[in-house]
Amino acid sequence: MDHITFLVAVVIVTALAFDFTNGFHDTANAMATSIATGALAPRTAVLISGVLNVAGAFLSTEVAKTISGGIVDDTLVSPGMIFAGLVGAILWNLLTWLVGLPSSSSHALFGGLIGAVWVGAGSGGVNFDKVVEKVLVPAVVSPVVAGVAALLATYLAYRLTDRARKDSVTKGFRIGQIASASLVSLAHGTNDAQKTMGVITLTLISAGALGHDAGPPLWVIASAGLAIGLGTYLGGWRIIRTMGKGLTEIQSPQGFAAETASTTVILTSAHLGFALSTTQVASGSILGAGLGRRLAEVRWGVAGRMAVAWLVTLPAAALVGGLAASVVQSGGDLGTAVVALVGAALAAGIVAVSRRNPVHAHNVNDAHKVTVRTEPPAKVGAAA
Amino acid sequence: MHLDWTALGQVTAVSIGVTVAVVVVFALGVLGLARLEAAREHGDGTSAREPRGGAPALALTQAALCFLACAAVVAYGIYLIVPQFH
Repeated sequence: MDHITFLVAVVIVTALAFDFTNGFHDTANAMATSIATGALAPRTAVLISGVLNVAGAFLSTEVAKTISGGIVDDTLVSPGMIFAGLVGAILWNLLTWLVGLPSSSSHALFGGLIGAVWVGAGSGGVNFDKVVEKVLVPAVVSPVVAGVAALLATYLAYRLTDRARKDSVTKGFRIGQIASASLVSLAHGTNDAQKTMGVITLTLISAGALGHDAGPPLWVIASAGLAIGLGTYLGGWRIIRTMGKGLTEIQSPQGFAAETASTTVILTSAHLGFALSTTQVASGSILGAGLGRRLAEVRWGVAGRMAVAWLVTLPAAALVGGLAASVVQSGGDLGTAVVALVGAALAAGIVAVSRRNPVHAHNVNDAHKVTVRTEPPAKVGAAA
Repeated sequence: MHLDWTALGQVTAVSIGVTVAVVVVFALGVLGLARLEAAREHGDGTSAREPRGGAPALALTQAALCFLACAAVVAYGIYLIVPQFH
């Protein structure tokens, strides 16, 4: 293990930390609507999702061969840049979690890497064509497709069950939701845990600890799976509230339609080789399901804030990643340590701020708004 | 830059088609279940509110077939997710 330098060790720990934030950021994608409709108790929902994410991590054998899928020139990427990119992604994930906004963890990771490579190797290291093809186009198309699918499905579901007994219908769709939400979780585990595995494996290869074309060692699979599973289990309750309650008041037929739409879009695009963000797909589905029920209220203010967060995610993470990269580059091991400490301090600060107005399993469904300040909820609600 | 519009169109068409199909079939299953429960409560299966309710056996068959179809789609979804099955 003499290949594992200080920098490589820091990259591995940071990658696992990113994996953890990825998990709790994305619990909402699979479980927010099930929690909102009461199909699953909050604690049960995050437990199922966590276990399925770990299972998904072990099932996925096709670990990413490139860190970025060609968005940056992988031959120019050094462990220092990967570290800087991860720091950018983690901080952006935490910040959006604090304000309860679902944003794409993949975009945060790409953004962080783009920023770090830009600073470390010049703008020539970033393939802007690929950014458009792999990030921008799917980001616009996938939520729209998921939204239209969920809208049509919701509309038809309500038309068909219009005259039937309401309690039977609600109960039936709730049971269906358990299956559809579980599928989203499993698909998430196979996709997202392997991103972190890819980052760690490629770092180990570049450090010479693993041979070229080596697969991830078992400890990498296990630790990445556990990190994302633990993150999922702890649950990003702030984001769950926004997605389950904030966008629209979800009923069980809508939840089922939304989750089915998310699963189908994720699976068909994965099958045809499209990279997309689970977060954006799930948000689009929920919005569509909200519109599909007649007279259902969609809070466009929340939807607008989410859209802004999507636009800002990549550049913001890139900015932090670039900043961190410049410190790492000029400061060496000392710079790396400084970035790690500052990053940890900022993360701790964000968590401390979130404690002022915590959202957890017991109050996640009580309100539709996530606030940072400690004002009385009624007042804040009126301001919305 | 290379955009594969065919694949994009396929994703769109397949996603919307499959989602609508699954939800409609599931809704029909739920409808069957609701009729069954209504029939059970009224004992004879012909309530005033549901003149076309039919025999409970019919409702049960409808629900069972629909849920079976949905279960098959879920199984195919798991097949797609798990690479070991390919």
